[in-house]
Amino acid sequence: MLLDFFYRLRAEGLPVSTGEYLSLLDGMSQNLGVYDLNHFYSFSRLCLIKDESLYDQFDQAFQNYWAGKEKLFDDTLKSIPDEWLKLKDPSSLSAEQKAMVEALGGWDKLMQTLEERLAEQTDRHQGGSKWIGTGGTSPFGHGGYNPEGVRIGGESKHRSAVKVWEQRRFKDLDGNQELGTRNFKMALRKLRRLARDGKPDTLDMENTIRSTANNAGMLDIKMRAERRNSVKVLLLLDIGGSMDYHSAICETLFSAVRAEFKHLEHLYFHNFIYEKLWRNNNRRHTDTVSLNELMRTYNSSYKLILVGDATMSPYEIAMPGGSVEHWNEEAGSVWFNRLLTAFPNCVWLNPENPDYWARTQSIQMTHQLMQGRMHCLNVDGIQQAIDTLKTPISHTVQGTASI
Amino acid sequence: MKEAEYIVTDELQMAIDAALTLGRPLLVKGEPGTGKTQLAIEIAQRLKAPLYQWHIKSTTRAQNGLYEYDAVSRLRDSQLGDKKVHDIGNYIVPGVLWDAFECDERSVVLIDEIDKADIEFPNDLLQELDRMSFDVHETRTTVAAKHRPLVIITSNNEKELPDAFLRRCFFHYIAFPDSSTMQRIVHAHYPDIKKDLLSAALSVFFDLREVPGLKKKPSTSELLDWLKLLIADDLSPQMLGAEEPRTILPKMHGALLKNEQDIHLFERLIFLHKQRKR
Repeated sequence: MLLDFFYRLRAEGLPVSTGEYLSLLDGMSQNLGVYDLNHFYSFSRLCLIKDESLYDQFDQAFQNYWAGKEKLFDDTLKSIPDEWLKLKDPSSLSAEQKAMVEALGGWDKLMQTLEERLAEQTDRHQGGSKWIGTGGTSPFGHGGYNPEGVRIGGESKHRSAVKVWEQRRFKDLDGNQELGTRNFKMALRKLRRLARDGKPDTLDMENTIRSTANNAGMLDIKMRAERRNSVKVLLLLDIGGSMDYHSAICETLFSAVRAEFKHLEHLYFHNFIYEKLWRNNNRRHTDTVSLNELMRTYNSSYKLILVGDATMSPYEIAMPGGSVEHWNEEAGSVWFNRLLTAFPNCVWLNPENPDYWARTQSIQMTHQLMQGRMHCLNVDGIQQAIDTLKTPISHTVQGTASI
Repeated sequence: MKEAEYIVTDELQMAIDAALTLGRPLLVKGEPGTGKTQLAIEIAQRLKAPLYQWHIKSTTRAQNGLYEYDAVSRLRDSQLGDKKVHDIGNYIVPGVLWDAFECDERSVVLIDEIDKADIEFPNDLLQELDRMSFDVHETRTTVAAKHRPLVIITSNNEKELPDAFLRRCFFHYIAFPDSSTMQRIVHAHYPDIKKDLLSAALSVFFDLREVPGLKKKPSTSELLDWLKLLIADDLSPQMLGAEEPRTILPKMHGALLKNEQDIHLFERLIFLHKQRKR
């Protein structure tokens, strides 16, 4: 039974592992989460789910599994008309009636009976003790009294059937874009460069021994800075317009980059680089950052990653006033070259299919300006881009754009 | 002032029980200000167990928590001809985890804000937290926990934690308290607060949290600070403007909104509301 549940969770795409399943069993053998289904819910979630954004998915999977076998659950939700379950007057039951329903059998039997009843029943039903409806002693439906009752929708009145997972409290936290980031992260990890900088605060043992020996035995202590991941990344993202088609993969990249680099600055542009960028896309017209300021603020040790489809009118790159959003005094290519000069370790990631690159003039122009440092936005492309980022762009052959 | 009671939900209670029974670390996440760090302190008090706190910074390495070898002192002593120098053990400085492992009773270890450290940090602690023991290479000894400590780890979600690490922990997400839990929390801190002031304040507070686009939503700890100010000034509930939400900037808003842009945003909202009414 539990193993079934475990495989069910895996089938739903939840990353649960054998070790976690064993710890669940271990806990249950020590009486954790075995009192009722609510306890089991809390305990299994505690053991199996390690990310609040998966809580909602777990709630649903739990609901699906434990609300009877999945076929029954699906049929039930689809086939029970809402008005059957709407609460009328709650009937008050005598103690004997309560005792009677106490003895209706275990969970499995209940579910089985529910299925049979559903198959038989075709009308709305209220009160009575057999059919599904509200306010009676039948164990199905809600608002009635039965200690083992199953609640299908609606408010519960007797605490034994309060299913917290049904409330789906964690719906807001479900951010699915994390699922695809792992490959990207592994690729980005290659950019990690451990470097010694900052305050020299650890003892360099080898060097100390060598220099002490050179010093004829007089102690000569050498210190060095600790190794840290010193890579700094400046991420510029094209947003809006034709980029909307690529938003899913860009989100994936963004969340991978954010997890991987401590020093990360990200800004947005539209189509091409001009004199200003913005930090927050919701406030793109009020909250801008000038490119000059950007180049002053961050030094050339930042690695520049541009993400965009570079698909636009060629005039937007090569001509003053070519921008679709504002009047730009200087051509995009002029600003672009300034940017590349300031951040020579640069690369462009293009989500567009490389097969089409040759057919789009603006991609070709950007490709030229980047001196070929443009890669496709996928795992392979990122790996190539990481290699590209290790060498600076050459300034002697500054790319030019002509139409 | 008497130490206020910490309100524990059923699910959190279960998480603590499980971590105690199975001796697994408990990873706690949640919005800032929902009392993650306070939790460990509270558990230690209730269990009457010693608490070992390890606050993580960006430069913290796993080794810092185990022990450090003070080579500089040893070199200095060797120059001075100190007898101590012959035993390397004199230069091993135990870290937080070592102290906790050596403790004669079950202790509580708080690893605070693990996400602040380098990406490798959690991975470096895998074995140590699993077996609750580690080797000291310099002296060729093993330090093993006398009693498995209860390890509480908090994270603010600034970085992803590695899967291998997560698999070894229990995980609990402290959801933002609903208004009835919030009332219990406030009562635990300010038992004498006037009912009408509290309900007015809570309605302003929850309304404020609903404002779209706030950079930093006010949290429980900020609510408590704010209430403290309200009580100190003995403000009347009417002055909070709860009846007409978003028409005035709440009194003492500095305790709730800590960001200039958020305050501007809120002022703009007030302006819009007033215009619409006209």
